[in-house]
Amino acid sequence: MYEIRIHSRGGQGGVTAAKLLALAAFRDGKYATACPFYGAERRGAPVVSFVRIDDRPIKIYSQIHEPDLVIVLDTSIMDVVDVLQGLKGDGKVLLNSAHPLPGCNGTCRHVDLTGIALAQNLVIAGSPILNTPVLGALAKMSVVTLPSVEKAIREMFADERNVKAAEAAYEELKV
Amino acid sequence: MLTIATGNKAVAAAVKAAKPGVIAAYPITPQTEIVEQIAEYVTAGDLASQYIPVESEHSAMAACIGASAGGVRTFTATSSHGLLYMHEMVHWAAGARLPIVMANVNRALGPGWNTWAEHSDAFSQRDTGWLQVFVSTVQEAYDATLMAFKIAEHENVLLPVMVNLDGFALSHIMQSLETVEIGDFLPAYHLPHAIDTENPLVYGPMTGPADYFRFRWDIERSMRDARGVIADVEREFAERFGRSYGPTEDYRCEDADVIVIAMGTLGKEAEVAVDRLRDEGIKAGSMRLRWFRPFPDLDLAGREVVVIDRDYSFGFGGVLAHAVRSKTGIAPYSVIAGLGGQEVTYNDIADFVRNRHPGEETWFGVSDHV
Repeated sequence: MYEIRIHSRGGQGGVTAAKLLALAAFRDGKYATACPFYGAERRGAPVVSFVRIDDRPIKIYSQIHEPDLVIVLDTSIMDVVDVLQGLKGDGKVLLNSAHPLPGCNGTCRHVDLTGIALAQNLVIAGSPILNTPVLGALAKMSVVTLPSVEKAIREMFADERNVKAAEAAYEELKV
Repeated sequence: MLTIATGNKAVAAAVKAAKPGVIAAYPITPQTEIVEQIAEYVTAGDLASQYIPVESEHSAMAACIGASAGGVRTFTATSSHGLLYMHEMVHWAAGARLPIVMANVNRALGPGWNTWAEHSDAFSQRDTGWLQVFVSTVQEAYDATLMAFKIAEHENVLLPVMVNLDGFALSHIMQSLETVEIGDFLPAYHLPHAIDTENPLVYGPMTGPADYFRFRWDIERSMRDARGVIADVEREFAERFGRSYGPTEDYRCEDADVIVIAMGTLGKEAEVAVDRLRDEGIKAGSMRLRWFRPFPDLDLAGREVVVIDRDYSFGFGGVLAHAVRSKTGIAPYSVIAGLGGQEVTYNDIADFVRNRHPGEETWFGVSDHV
């Protein structure tokens, strides 16, 4: 089982990213569950979502305490939340950042999802849309395949710029 | 069709397939997505139901009662305080022998204000005469909702059915879902006492003690008959659609020394705990209770039992633990866990088994043991 924890702020699309990722994994022929953890839902508050991917049906409903992959859609959260908590020894981290962050070692990948969203003019209510570009980065990291990512995005969104943003993140992320 | 969906969307999809004539509902977290999705089906013309957006849950059930008394298939969905607000009408629906189907997204009761999973809301309707089933996967939410109509409408039952799914833990998670072409699985049904303007009768008149007592007995007689009807409907469902269900879902129970009994998502997660315990040489099994009313007969002879209650009857104990004890004569280790959405993992469940004290009660994370 591959377990992913997504950190974001309310309104940034972390919950939708989890659903898209589960759908893409499902289109890859895997079992997948997306479990958003709902707290006091407010825009801007730190939120966390969980995705599990496996070859067998998934029976776990509790939160992910030892993730294989941590995704941080807003690195300012790292001042208030220990995003690396419980990360497995060989676990990976994906940051939405134009630059590597000090203190994040070799398992850390970064890609400027915000820049990619802005370049595609993917903005809703003043916030750049991060949930579709992050799927492209996850395809690059072999969590899911790019064709399934594109399929999942087209199932949930009519706007083709979302697919373009995912492709751009796939190109930009260095693995 | 194979897709991926939330528990809420699965219930809505089953309702679309069941084609109720009337749906009356009032939104409440975490159930809102069910009635939103149904409203979209109706607006888009994909479901030819009369959708009544009422002003309260009390009115939602009242509207369902009126429609159902007219012989029309009806559905509503609610949760927590919404369910309690309609309590009077919940009794009425069963007493009037109306096969209404209701999804209840299990949620704790305030205060403190809490929208997370707990079974106290459904258990507070325990003695109303409703059948209650608890589901554990998105697929089961869909399947159980479809079967609920067939069970409720059976001439030997004619009682309402509540389909319970855990708030957020199931209502808001995405899992795979296979929807089916139901064909004639749910044919139009005939309510023998439906309002008929050609043959006017009095409904709900003053009823003397002797007749009232017989009406109550008749509810219980139908509850007892419901066991067989449920088994028949679940068998037919398995034959038609390939997924089988029973009063309990038993996992590795055959040779188990200790059996974990739980409901809803905790009951499914317990299977993972069982696998861990088996790896350690502990012969554990999991028995997930699906039907709460009518309560099934449980064969637990010679086993130790750990019951997880996501509920509590203050001044008495865990509702499920006491039901198991009264049904089987076995004194279980009673674990109270997961109230108000408290995080309970498969590791925690495995710990309940490892550290069990038969006959005792513990509050997870509060009492001394565990």
